Amino acid sequence: MSQRQVLQVFEQYQKARTQFVQMVAELATRPQNIETLQNAGVMSLLRPLLLDVVPTIQQTAALALGRLANYNDDLAEAVVKGDILPQLVYSLAEQNRFYKKAAAFVLRAVGKHSPQLAQAIVDCGALDTLVICLEDFDPGVKEAAAWALGYIARHNAELSQAVVDAGAAPLLVLCIQEPEIALKRIAASALSDISKHSPELAQTVVDAGAIAHLAQMILNPDSKLKRQVLSALSQIAKHSVDLAEMVVEAEIFPVVLTCLKDKDEYVKKNASTLIREIAKHTPELSQLIVNAGGVAAMIDCIGSCKGNIRLPGIMMLGYVAAHSENLAMAVIISKGVPQLSICLSEEPEDHIKAAAAWAIGQIGRHTPEHARAVAVTNTLPVLLSLYMSTESSEDLQVKSKKAIKNILQKCTYLPALEPFLYDAPPNILKHVVGQFSKVLPHDSKARRLFVTSGGLKKVQEIKAEPGSLLQEYINSINNCYPEEIVRYYSPGYSDTLLQRVDSYQPLTK
Amino acid sequence: MKCFKKFLFSVVDLFRKKEYDAAVKIQSWFRGCQVRAYIRNLHRITTVIQKWWRSYLGRQEYRLIVKFASCAMKMNFYNAMAVRIQRRWRGYRIRKYCFNYFYLKEYLRAVSETNDAIREALEEFAEMKEREEKKADLEREEKKRDYQARKMHYLLSTKQIPGVYNSPFRKDPDPWELRLQKAKPLTSQRSKAKPKPCISLSDWLACTSARSFPQSEILPPIDRKQCQGPFRDITEVLEQRYKPLEPTLRVAEPIDELKVARGEFRRQEWMRNVNDNMFLPFSSYHKNKKYIPLMNSSSKYGPNSYGSQHFRDENPKKWICDKDFQTVLPSFDLFSKYGKLYSKAGQII
Repeated sequence: MSQRQVLQVFEQYQKARTQFVQMVAELATRPQNIETLQNAGVMSLLRPLLLDVVPTIQQTAALALGRLANYNDDLAEAVVKGDILPQLVYSLAEQNRFYKKAAAFVLRAVGKHSPQLAQAIVDCGALDTLVICLEDFDPGVKEAAAWALGYIARHNAELSQAVVDAGAAPLLVLCIQEPEIALKRIAASALSDISKHSPELAQTVVDAGAIAHLAQMILNPDSKLKRQVLSALSQIAKHSVDLAEMVVEAEIFPVVLTCLKDKDEYVKKNASTLIREIAKHTPELSQLIVNAGGVAAMIDCIGSCKGNIRLPGIMMLGYVAAHSENLAMAVIISKGVPQLSICLSEEPEDHIKAAAAWAIGQIGRHTPEHARAVAVTNTLPVLLSLYMSTESSEDLQVKSKKAIKNILQKCTYLPALEPFLYDAPPNILKHVVGQFSKVLPHDSKARRLFVTSGGLKKVQEIKAEPGSLLQEYINSINNCYPEEIVRYYSPGYSDTLLQRVDSYQPLTK
Repeated sequence: MKCFKKFLFSVVDLFRKKEYDAAVKIQSWFRGCQVRAYIRNLHRITTVIQKWWRSYLGRQEYRLIVKFASCAMKMNFYNAMAVRIQRRWRGYRIRKYCFNYFYLKEYLRAVSETNDAIREALEEFAEMKEREEKKADLEREEKKRDYQARKMHYLLSTKQIPGVYNSPFRKDPDPWELRLQKAKPLTSQRSKAKPKPCISLSDWLACTSARSFPQSEILPPIDRKQCQGPFRDITEVLEQRYKPLEPTLRVAEPIDELKVARGEFRRQEWMRNVNDNMFLPFSSYHKNKKYIPLMNSSSKYGPNSYGSQHFRDENPKKWICDKDFQTVLPSFDLFSKYGKLYSKAGQII
């Protein structure tokens, strides 16, 4: 009987521990409780429970620790300072799958806050055990381990290199091929985080054979998976021409274009980022995209979304047009310029407007045909107003000024240039008048139109320093017309005429 | 005389001098003529020689000039012809290879056609996706309504009593009524528990079941002569061949399964329960109350028999006889049946 009583004491104690740890784990799910828990000293209480005999208590204690560390970085630092990590790493290797999941969750929660904490995790040798967990049978364990590795690799290139040196890349590629969707997502996200830092890391990921599997998964209907896969491919392709070519050789076109029509906004954004990263390297890659009809799909995609989602698409059009004039012409005939000018006028954010202005400048700068195509859509006044407005950020002003200059230097479409005579500041006026002086000597109809629309009058009113370039342009314009007309339109001519009337003495017989 | 001679001599001398001078003059003039003629001849001859020499040199130079002029003319001609050829060739090359205007126009046309094709394809794709989503939504709605109808099947109207959805004041019954008529009543059993992921004996047994072996279709008959004899029915044969394993009870369950299951259950209950006391219904509450004996009826060396076995202070030494008191009247009957006569519902207060 006394034996039973003794055992009862132990059972009560075990019950009490279990209850405590479960309650803490449940309380830790709500953020408002965490402050109280922290002040009550929950870390030091949870730490010995990690070493408890009963596996359930260990797992629940690990889960509670993970939730606490997840909340903010002070608690995560407390976890690191409390020397909990070595114990977690040691038991990660030995315990059952629930414990492994909980321990990997703790490592992930600690590692996500800052590079120093992630470095602490790497220093206590967690990477090898996490990589061993990646080979486990249970998909939940693999998912937790891949998630932790992804968060560690996210911060900087050294940590990524450490993760890759532990041999994670081939295992992550194997994880991508597993049937569970959540595991695929996390593995794709981890590969994306690894390869984003440097070309060597991206090359390591590619050597593990990731591209083929990632390319296959673009067809998967799950949107979150598509987000991660497209993000991974774009991080790989952005570093160099060879990597971009390898991504393209995986035959992602034209499948990627269907992702541009997806319902999920972030899938569209990541797909346009991927196409942008491929297009920006060489004219041949841009040509490939244009031949596959990518420009039209991108323009439709830009038309259907708003805000930051549009930004990679706008930049892609700019990169394609920047490479050569044939590609710029291809962008023009795909009706890109009206869409870009809509973006320019509609978007509230300055950086998106700046990108649209840059893209339009790249399209219009090649030949007079291109400049005409841009000028016809009435974009130039919008650009001018953005340049002149005091509310625009400096970046926006610089980009719109460059765009205006580049387009004006090739523009021979006079109806679009005329409004510039009236509102433009002097440094732009110089270019406008220069263009007029190039076109007017050769075209008589344009000369007539120039006079009747009041342009000649405006030109006469421009004050220019003698000997400056502006004065030369004005002189060459004046030379296109007979002297009487020039005098007629010069300012103050009516006054001089009236003076002559005043001073005229009629001949009296 | 001498003077006259002197005078004569001087006049004669003078005359002689005059003649002498005249002769000298004539001779010198003549000699001069001679010499001049000679020199003139010489000049003439020299001029002829020089003339010929100069004409020779001049002709040479003229030949050179003509040669160069003809060379230059030829070269100009050749250059002009070469320029003509080069001009043609350069124009052709630029127009064909570097900037082929028609090819560019073709290319742009092809690009715009591809764009249109891609735009159409993408729109179709988007439409298809939308249709699929709508269909999935409709199916989900249908399923939900079916499930609800199955749960509410008891609201169906009977012949005597019109149901909730079949009010007599309506012209036609509510669509829910029709749905309820079609629905099968929902049984309380949970359908298809999720399969356990752990690998155990039952899984092995399950994998030998009829579903897991590939059922071969009847293959087309091989062209040979018919086998003789009455054959058994093919379905019977297949049934026998693919009969699932029916293990004995001893083999089917592990030996300590019950203990394991009980232990698991108990542990889960411990984990889950905040309070470990059993929730007891009030009427039986007093029955399970633990009896706490009175302090003065229990002693250190075991319970006292007073209060548990007898309620009167007994002193066997003072007993006259060893018979107990007899009851005269029986106890009141009704209260003996208290709590046992009424229905179960009445027990719970």
